[in-house]
Amino acid sequence: MNLHAIWAIYVYEMKRFFRTIMESLLSPVISTTLYFVVFGAAIGSRIEQVEGVSYGAFIVPGLIMLSVMTQAISNASFGIYFPKFIGTIFELLSAPVNFLEIVLGYVGAAATKALMIGVVILITAGIFVDLDIQHPVIMVLFLVLICVSFALFGFIIGIWAENFQQLQLIPLLVITPLVFLGGAFYSISMLPSAWQMVTLFNPVVYLISGFRWAFFGVADVGIGYSFAAVFVFFGLCLTAVWLIFKTGYRIKS
Amino acid sequence: MTAIVAVEGLSKIYKDGFRALQDVSLSIERGEILALLGPNGAGKTTLISTLCGITTPSSGQASVGGHDIVRGYRAARAMIGLVPQEIALEPFEKVINTVRFSRGLFGKGKDEALIERILRQLSLWDKRNNRIRELSGGMKRRVLIAKALCHEPDVLFLDEPTAGVDVELRRDMWEVVRALKESGVTIILTTHYIEEAEAMADRIAVINKGEILLVEDKAALMRRMGRKSLQIDLADPVDAVPDALAGYDLELAQGGHALIYHYDTRAEGTGITRLLQALAREGLSLRDIETRQSSLEEIFVGLVKENAA
Repeated sequence: MNLHAIWAIYVYEMKRFFRTIMESLLSPVISTTLYFVVFGAAIGSRIEQVEGVSYGAFIVPGLIMLSVMTQAISNASFGIYFPKFIGTIFELLSAPVNFLEIVLGYVGAAATKALMIGVVILITAGIFVDLDIQHPVIMVLFLVLICVSFALFGFIIGIWAENFQQLQLIPLLVITPLVFLGGAFYSISMLPSAWQMVTLFNPVVYLISGFRWAFFGVADVGIGYSFAAVFVFFGLCLTAVWLIFKTGYRIKS
Repeated sequence: MTAIVAVEGLSKIYKDGFRALQDVSLSIERGEILALLGPNGAGKTTLISTLCGITTPSSGQASVGGHDIVRGYRAARAMIGLVPQEIALEPFEKVINTVRFSRGLFGKGKDEALIERILRQLSLWDKRNNRIRELSGGMKRRVLIAKALCHEPDVLFLDEPTAGVDVELRRDMWEVVRALKESGVTIILTTHYIEEAEAMADRIAVINKGEILLVEDKAALMRRMGRKSLQIDLADPVDAVPDALAGYDLELAQGGHALIYHYDTRAEGTGITRLLQALAREGLSLRDIETRQSSLEEIFVGLVKENAA
């Protein structure tokens, strides 16, 4: 294992994040505050509680998921797309590293950034609502798994993308709608029964539900299903990345 | 000398059917400078990219330091430094950080003293905290060389290292390359500037249409293929080559003030003595004589033309 290489990639990527630390952290903090103003204060005042949890607190796990997923994807996709775009990918391909080491470096850094943003949002949310996390260990585990899985997914998008527009395509057209429709701001039990069934085909439902269970002990689906969903997603992404490096898809001729 | 890079029957066919390399075999000796010459699209960059792991070979084998580039890619690549043709650097990063990154990527631990030495050698030390985008084109090329050297490679591939670089900087680069050779690094250089190959290389390889046409010691190549010419300046101009000298390969130059005689150094006799005697018999008095060796460029153009025919 080329540990020096993993560390070099990780540090290099984290430096990029710290170069724009204000922009990186300020933007999610502002968005979270806006969500609280709109959903928590304006709408939340009309909804007292959802499944025994105040509406303001209820939306916190969904808000964290929304930011963490999009940030993990955008950081990882940009991290690998940028070297492709400017041509520095040659160095990575000619270095004595294997796919696992490259992935650990890039995905590790992207997941760390997403995790840091997740923590900042959690702290920001704590200013607006009282949060009593019932299963803190599970919460952290779930958060880390989501960060890593979506960073892996972002890495795949970064390799697949041939321009900056494509880089934005999946997060904007797929992830954001799935999070909004995945119970980020409501419980799926609030939907008509037909829609409840349709919603269960949305994989993000299982992620938000599991994360919310760690906070409040209430969930739309069993926690076991949520963990299974995360591991299946993680496994699929890892296999896809392995295939990409094995075949050289869009990185090697 | 022992081969540090061994290439055996290497071919590369791209998905669109283009054969970039055809059955290339090449042996590069430890510590030498090999200049790889060829016109645009000849396969120079593909060959380098394949040896470095950027391009996957279609068939054949290659090894670096005895390590197969596919099966033993870690050990093989750890021995290689690559300076690519295109200037590819992250514009917002500092010079020193990008060099540190390269060292780590190649599996080497921190060595600030070494990085300082390399940056000083390349006149980059004062610019170490500058962002890449603030540097000139020549400086960026030096950064690429620093990145390639910072993991102490045994083999250095320089793909057109002086393309677009001014004359002064080119001479500086040559000095850097010579110093590297002195330190024992094997250098494979592709260039469009034949003058560069002529000035620096120990051996010359010529590649065209993906095939290696020739690999030979530079001096031997120039001796073997180099035609020489003898310019004879006449005291009094002549209107045409005198009939008595028609048997010699002579041409009239400088408005009849000079005669140029072409001869082959490989021939048993050059014919110079007989020519001079014939000139004396004709009563032509000479003002000066000068010989000229044909350049590597002329040899190269001749070879590629021959291959294209």
